Amino acid sequence: MTGQAAAASTAAPIFDTDELVINMGPQHPSTHGVLRVVLRLDGERVVDADIVIGYIHRGIEKLSENRDWTQIILLTDRMDYVAAATNNLGYCETVEKLMEIEVPRRARYVRTVLAELQRIASHCLWLGTHAMDIGAMTVLLYAFRERELVLDLFEDYCGARLTYNSMRIGGLPLDIPTGWDAKVRAFCDLMEGKIPEYEELLTNNRIWLERTRGIGVISAEDAIGLGLCGPPLRGSGVYRDVRKDEPYAAYDELDFDVPLGTRGDTYDRYLIRLEEFRQSIRIIRQALDGLPEGPVMGKVPRLIKPKAGETYHAIESPKGELGYFIVSDGRATNPYRFRVRPPSFCNLQGLRPLITGHLVADVVALIGTIDIVLGEVDR
Amino acid sequence: MLDTIVIPVLKIAVLLNAVLVAVTFMVLLERKVIAWAQSRLGPMRVGPYGVLQAIADPIKLLVKEDIRPVRADPMLFTLAPILSLVPALVVFAVVPFGGDELFYVTDINVGLLFIISVTSIGVYGIILAGWASNSKYPLLASLRASAQLISYEIAVTMTLVSVILTAGTLSMVGIVEAQQQSGLWFGFVQPVAFVLVFIGGLAETNRAPFDLPEAEQELTGGFHTEYSGMRFALFFLAEYANIIVISAVVTILFWGGWLRPFPNVEALAFLDLIPGWIWFFAKMFVFLYIFIWIRATLPRYRYDQLMRLGWKVLIPVAIGNIVLTGVVKVLL
Repeated sequence: MTGQAAAASTAAPIFDTDELVINMGPQHPSTHGVLRVVLRLDGERVVDADIVIGYIHRGIEKLSENRDWTQIILLTDRMDYVAAATNNLGYCETVEKLMEIEVPRRARYVRTVLAELQRIASHCLWLGTHAMDIGAMTVLLYAFRERELVLDLFEDYCGARLTYNSMRIGGLPLDIPTGWDAKVRAFCDLMEGKIPEYEELLTNNRIWLERTRGIGVISAEDAIGLGLCGPPLRGSGVYRDVRKDEPYAAYDELDFDVPLGTRGDTYDRYLIRLEEFRQSIRIIRQALDGLPEGPVMGKVPRLIKPKAGETYHAIESPKGELGYFIVSDGRATNPYRFRVRPPSFCNLQGLRPLITGHLVADVVALIGTIDIVLGEVDR
Repeated sequence: MLDTIVIPVLKIAVLLNAVLVAVTFMVLLERKVIAWAQSRLGPMRVGPYGVLQAIADPIKLLVKEDIRPVRADPMLFTLAPILSLVPALVVFAVVPFGGDELFYVTDINVGLLFIISVTSIGVYGIILAGWASNSKYPLLASLRASAQLISYEIAVTMTLVSVILTAGTLSMVGIVEAQQQSGLWFGFVQPVAFVLVFIGGLAETNRAPFDLPEAEQELTGGFHTEYSGMRFALFFLAEYANIIVISAVVTILFWGGWLRPFPNVEALAFLDLIPGWIWFFAKMFVFLYIFIWIRATLPRYRYDQLMRLGWKVLIPVAIGNIVLTGVVKVLL
C-alpha cells in the first residue's frame, strides 16, 4: 500500500505535459524567405527555439574566389537582394581600399545617394512586411508603393530594378542620367509626405503599441555581446553607425543624425527605422545639393590585380554593419580568400534569446523586427 | 397547409439563396474596399470592374480537387465545415428584414436568445476542424478559437441583457417595435452596449483585429490550414454569413431595424416613401463596411491581450451596464 502511494507520487503527473514542437518554416508566410525555426511550445509560449539556416546557401563566398574582381560585384547583388546597391558599395570600397584607388568625389556622392535610396527601399520592405506580420496589412501596400518609386529611380539609373550591378571598382559605370537628380528630389519630397501616413496607421495605434512595446527587449550589453548591428543594436541605445564611426563614401561631408532607442524593444527598433527614412532623405538632399562636377570613374588599371595583402572594410547597410574581408595573394586575378560579415546573419543570432519566453504571435513580430534577408544569411 | 408549410418553405428557400449570394458579393465587396484602402484596384478582370468575380470564385472552389489529409479524422473533417456553416444560416430564420410578415421567416418570442444560442454552436466547427486536421497549426488555432469565443460570448450576452431590459422583450420584431414606441433608436439609449456588442461581434466572427484563430501570418491560416476546395469554401461562407448576421443583429437591436430615422417625428414622414427593408439594408451595409474598414486598418491583437480585453474590460463594463440600465429602469 505504502509502496503504491510512493510509486504514485513519483510517477508522471496525470496529464501529459509534453512540449509541442512546431516547425515554423522553411515554408511559412512570415519567416521572410526560407528561415526555419523549430519552436518548443508550452501552450503558446516559446520555451526554446532552434534556428535552422542554410536553405538558400549558394556558396557566394567560395564562388567569388574563382571569379575575377569585377565579376564579384554581380555576385554581391545576390546576397541582400533587397539592398543590392549597398552590397556593391561595400565590395567596391573594400577592393579600392586594398588597391589604394582614389575614387572621384562625384562618384562618392552619387554612391551615397544610391546607398541611401537603397536604405529607403529596404526599410520600406521591412516596414511593410513587419506590419503585415503583426496583422496591419494596409501598411504593406503603402510601403511597397513607395519602394516601387525607388526601384524606378534605380531603373532610370542603371536599367535594373533588383540586382543592379551598379558600381565598379574605382567609381561608377555611368554618370547619372540627365534630370535624374530632379526626379530623386521629387521622390524625397513625396516620401517625406508618406512617412506621416505610415505613422498614422501605426505609431500611436493602441494595438500596435501593445504588440511591440516591451516585446523582444534586449539590453545594450546583450546586444553587444551577441554581435548585433544596425537598427537592432541602436534600438538598445548603443551609438554605433559605421557611417559616423568609420565614414566611407561621402558621409564625412554630410550632416545627419543617428537615432537611438532607449528601451531596446520592438517599438524602439520601429521608431529608429522610421527616423532613418527621414535621415536618409536628409542625406540625399545634401548630397544632391553638393554634388560636385567631374568624372565618376577613377584611375583603375586595365587588369585589376591587387598586390598581396588583406583588408577588412565595413559599411552601414540598411540591415547593419556589412563587412568584407578580402585576401589577395598578389598573383591571381581573383581573391585568395573572400569572406562577408553579413548583418542579417549576425542579427539572426539575437533571434533565439529574443523569442524565448514570448508567444507564437511574437515570434513572427520578432523575426520581422530584426529585418533579415535570407539571401544574405546563407549567401 | 399553405400558411404553415408552403409559404415558410418558400421564404426559407429565398432567404438561403439570398444569403449565399450576398456572401459571395460580400467577399467581392471586401476585396474591393480593402483594395481601395490600399491604393490598388482589386479584382478587375472578370466582368466590368470585376463584379463577376463573385461568381467565378465559387465556381473555382466547387471544381477544385477535394483533398483530405491522410491522417485526418475523416468524419469530423467533413463534419466541421458543415457544423460551422449551418448555424450561421439557421440564425437568419429569426432575423426580420422588415416590419411586414413577408420579410421574416418567423418571429419567436425568444428570438434574441435563439440567435445567441445558435451562433455559439458555430465554434464547434472551428474546434473540430482544428482537431480533425491532425496538424499542429490548426490545433493551436482551435485552442485559441475556443478560448476566444467563450470569453466574448459572455461579454456579448451580458451586454444584450441590458438591451433586453430596455426593450422588455426578446422578440426581434418586438425590439424594433419598442424602439418605434420610444421614438429613439437604442443606439442612443445604450451606446455602451452598442460598442460592446460590436467589438464582441468582431471577436465572435474571428474578424480583424481579433482574427487569431486564422492568423495567417502566425498560424498559416489557422483552423483551415488543411482545408481546400469546397470544404474551405464552407468555412468562408460561414465567416461571411456570420458577419452579415452580426451586422443585422446590431442594426435591429441598436439602430432601429427597418425604421426610418426619427420614427415618430411627423415632419419626416416623407422618408416613409422609402420602404423599410431598404432602410434595413442601408444600415446593415454601413456595418458591413465598418467590418471591412477595420480589417484594412488595424493590426492583430495577441492572444493574451485579447483575453485580457475580454475578461478585464468588456465583461466588467457589460455588468456595469446591466446594473445601470436596471437602476434607470426602476427609477423611471
